[in-house]
Amino acid sequence: MYRRLVLLAACLLSIASVASAHAFLDHATPAVGSSVHGSPGQVKLWFTQHLEAAFSSAQVLDRSGKRVDKADAHVDPGDPALLVVTLPPLQPGTYRVTWRVLSVDTHVTEGDFNFDVVP
Amino acid sequence: MAPSTAFRVTTTLLMACASVCTSNPIWAHGFAGKRFFPATLVIDDPFVADELSLPTISYLKSPANGDEPATKETDFSADISKRITDNFGFGVGAVYKQLEPDGGERQRGFDNVGVSLKYQFFKNDEREAIASVGLDVDLGGAGSKRVGAESFSTFTPALFFGKGFGDLPAEMKFLRPFAITGQLGVSIPSSSSSATVSEDGDVSVDQHPNFLQWGFTFQYSLIYLQSFVQDMGWREPFNRLIPVVEVPLTTGLNRGASGTTGTVNPGLIWSGQYFQIAAEAQIPINVKSGSGVGWIVQLHFYLDDLFPQSIGRPIFGN
Repeated sequence: MYRRLVLLAACLLSIASVASAHAFLDHATPAVGSSVHGSPGQVKLWFTQHLEAAFSSAQVLDRSGKRVDKADAHVDPGDPALLVVTLPPLQPGTYRVTWRVLSVDTHVTEGDFNFDVVP
Repeated sequence: MAPSTAFRVTTTLLMACASVCTSNPIWAHGFAGKRFFPATLVIDDPFVADELSLPTISYLKSPANGDEPATKETDFSADISKRITDNFGFGVGAVYKQLEPDGGERQRGFDNVGVSLKYQFFKNDEREAIASVGLDVDLGGAGSKRVGAESFSTFTPALFFGKGFGDLPAEMKFLRPFAITGQLGVSIPSSSSSATVSEDGDVSVDQHPNFLQWGFTFQYSLIYLQSFVQDMGWREPFNRLIPVVEVPLTTGLNRGASGTTGTVNPGLIWSGQYFQIAAEAQIPINVKSGSGVGWIVQLHFYLDDLFPQSIGRPIFGN
C-alpha cells in the first residue's frame, strides 16, 4: 500500500511542476504598508503566477475613495506576473491599492493594501 | 475498508485527469474575499474544495482505562474531497491504524470508511466569513475489529464556520491576519447499544453514546500579513507560513458517557501553490485524553490548482 501512496504523491508533485495556480501577491512597490518619500510614478504588483491581461486590473484610491491613478493598469509585456499602474504626482497622504487578477489557469484572486506618501 | 482503497483512489484520480476542459473563472480553495483559509489537520474545513490529504500521519498514546492497557496509536490516513457543484461536495476518507498496547500484541488494520457531504451555504467576502453544513458517516462494519472498528455506523451532522479579522480597524491592523474556524456537531450511532455473549454465556451490553464533536482553530496568516497589511520583508518559505492552534474536543452526552476529552494542537502550516505541509503537536487537555504529547503531520494537495481543467473543477456548474 505504501508504494502506491508514494507513487500517487510523486505523480501529483510531478504534475504540479507544470500546472498553474491561484495568483497571490508576492510583493509590490511601494511595498505593502510602507511609507515612501515623494510621489511614486507607478505602482508595481508582482504575483506568484502569470496573469491574464484582459481580466487583471488595479486601482489606486485616495483616503476619500477617489480614484487617483491614470486608469492604465496593464500586465507588463516582458513579465506576465507583473501588473503596473501609472500615477500622477500624489500629495502626501494615505493611498489604497486594490487589485483583482485572473491567473492563466482561470483562478481569480483579489486584495488591497495601503501605502503612505510622506514629504 | 479493503487495502486496495488507495489504489482505487489513485486510479480514479488519474482517470479523471482526462476529463473535460472549460474556461470560466473560478475561485475554489478556501477563499472568502481576500482571506485564504488553509485546510486544517483535525478540525474540518468550513468550505467545499477539491483537495487531497495524503498522507496524514498521527501518533498519540491513550491512557489505561479499566481492563484496557495504555496504548500507542499511530494512524495513517488518506482523505479526498471533491466538489459536485460550486458549493456542494463530498469526501471519502480511510484510516490505517496501528495499535501497540502496553504488554500486548501489536494490532494493525483499517478503521471504518468515512464518507461525507458538505454544503457551503454562506460566504461574505467583505467580512471574510464562510459557513457550511455537512454530514459525516462512519460506515460500520467496514473496518477491522482488531483495531476497534465499530460494527455500527455513526452519523455526524455538523456546522462548520470560518471568520477572518481583516475587517478590524486600521489601528489594529496587525490583528487582521488572525482567523478562526470551528465545527459543532453531534455523533449519532445507528444503534444505541450492542450485546455480546462470552464463551461462558455471560451477556454484556455496550452502550453507544451520542457525543458532541466540537472544536476551533486559531490561525495567524503570514501570507495575509505580507500581502495585505505590512510587507515585513520575509520571503520563501516564511511568507507562506500560517501558525495555527487547533483544539478538537469531544463531549459525552448520554448513555454513561460524560466529560470532555481532546487535545490542543499548536503547529505550523506551510501553504505553497499546489500543496501544503503541516505539522502539529497534540497536547491532551486532561488525563482521559491521552498520555504524553503526540504529533500529527500532513501533506495536502490542492487539486483545483494541480488540475484546474479537470478534477480540480466542480463536476457540474463552473
